[in-house]
Amino acid sequence: MIATLRRGATLTALLACAAAVLLPLAWILTTSFKTTADINAFPPALLPRDFTTANYSGITEQLAFGRLLLNTVVFAGGVTVLALAFDSMAAYALARIDFRGRSLVLVAILATLMVPFQATLVPVYRLVNELGLVNTYPGMILPRAADAFGIFLLRQFFLSIPRDLDSAARMDGASEFRIFRSIVLPNAKPALLTLALFVFMNNWNDLLWPLVFTTDDDMRTLTAGLALLTGKFGVVDHGLVMAGAVISMAPLIVLFLLVQRRFIEGISTTGIK
Amino acid sequence: MSTSSAVAPPRRHAKRYRAPAPLGGRRRPPGGGRRGRVAAAFLLPASAILVAFVGWPIVSVVWLSFTDASGLGQSSWVGLANYREIFADDDIRTAVTNTVVYTVMFTPVVVLLALGLALLMNSPRLPLRSALRTALFMPVVVSLGVVAIAWSYLLDPNIGLLDHWLGKVGLNIGNVLEDPTWAMPAVVGVAVWKNVGFYMVIFLAGLQGIPRHLYEAARVDGAGRWQSFRRVTLPMLSNTTAFVLIIAVIAALQAFDQIYVMTAGGPYRKTTTIVMQIYESGFTDLRLGFASALSLLLLAATLILSALQLLFFGRREKDVAG
Repeated sequence: MIATLRRGATLTALLACAAAVLLPLAWILTTSFKTTADINAFPPALLPRDFTTANYSGITEQLAFGRLLLNTVVFAGGVTVLALAFDSMAAYALARIDFRGRSLVLVAILATLMVPFQATLVPVYRLVNELGLVNTYPGMILPRAADAFGIFLLRQFFLSIPRDLDSAARMDGASEFRIFRSIVLPNAKPALLTLALFVFMNNWNDLLWPLVFTTDDDMRTLTAGLALLTGKFGVVDHGLVMAGAVISMAPLIVLFLLVQRRFIEGISTTGIK
Repeated sequence: MSTSSAVAPPRRHAKRYRAPAPLGGRRRPPGGGRRGRVAAAFLLPASAILVAFVGWPIVSVVWLSFTDASGLGQSSWVGLANYREIFADDDIRTAVTNTVVYTVMFTPVVVLLALGLALLMNSPRLPLRSALRTALFMPVVVSLGVVAIAWSYLLDPNIGLLDHWLGKVGLNIGNVLEDPTWAMPAVVGVAVWKNVGFYMVIFLAGLQGIPRHLYEAARVDGAGRWQSFRRVTLPMLSNTTAFVLIIAVIAALQAFDQIYVMTAGGPYRKTTTIVMQIYESGFTDLRLGFASALSLLLLAATLILSALQLLFFGRREKDVAG
């Protein structure tokens, strides 16, 4: 009896917390279907009184929305593809090849894990600027095309793949690259997918990075474009911006719902976003 | 971690004595020159990126901090002028103070909330557990910069829902984002909302790692719920807690997105943090030298915390392995 009561209280508390946590997201979604008059009406209400989809057609005209979406996909996708390729190659060398100075290289790479990108933003910007890459995809992508966390995560995973597999292949005369590509990578799919999710999510959502490396409105990402839209005009059409917000968040939420177990387990075992 | 330390010693031993390769295996060339070259080829792309965009910038940021570099034209050596300005400038002192205030507000609140939620979520035979976990985790996957727009709007004194609802229960919060006292708690609150699910998941993993028999032993010894929380859960969770505390502090030191969107550092610079100040000095005022000196401040603080993190992370790994 007491156990049931306690469970009921726990469940109620958690449901209340979940509702509070979801409120801003629900607000974004419902507002995106409201008319301007409804948005400015008093008292404010969560649900739309007149349902409209005008905001969705409006936002695509207001911002170069298709272009921003494309930029975001290219930026987040490009970083993910390159970082996965380069990180896994480096991780392979560090986990599977015995070479002199290996631990030194590993320590050097791990040391970069401690440097927040905000602290080196100024010199990185200067470098990208000197290369003439500000406002270009390579300028946004290249500096993030490898990262210590990814290398470390994949190395740990590669270490757990039995070595018997590669010695057998080596006996058959397979090259190191072949072992990497056809034995280690296929066996490391869970780790690669987890890393891909994190890298994609972090770059898709980032604000400071695209703000610094793009100055053309045409090169902004969705996050930066929407943030600047609210800043620039002061008074904003909330319906439009919320429609934009829905479009920018939907891909990640869908992705998360599809693979949430991997997402959450990835975080709880590595502890790093 | 455990795998590598278990494997490493025999390998080193084998190398030193040049043990012959097992029969039938192809003998590798001694010294490993070829392996060195292959390894270098595998490491090349990643290390080139890391050297160019992390290693070199660290050297560069130190050097820039002694110059008056701007976005364009020549820069010249100014010695310690940037550092003197940092320590003399009221705005910078405000930014440092604000960052400390932000951290001191954010860390305990988010860690306690995350721990509390994890404990509730960990209760036995809880219905809807995975749906609740999904809901509480949702803010982690959305963009803080985008959600911050919705938060400003929720808090709007004229058309905001939250303001209206709180007004109904007698809490007239007014225009919080324009209020010098309440702007900081508001942006901290949004960060708590964004991160609490993330830390909760780490705590949950920690809780699930506590062996059940410890609780059974405590019950046999006559411990009540509070006693077993105090004597079993908390001590067994201490490494996880230390880990979460440190990553929360590091996250607080880097606060930027929601502040940029919700208050732009105002009112009266009350929410200008160090990263906001770096952005302003470096990319609005184009004072790259000065912003570099500020960056080093952030770097030093983060390095100290990361050293602590490595210490605890190492311990945590060992605990998990043992």
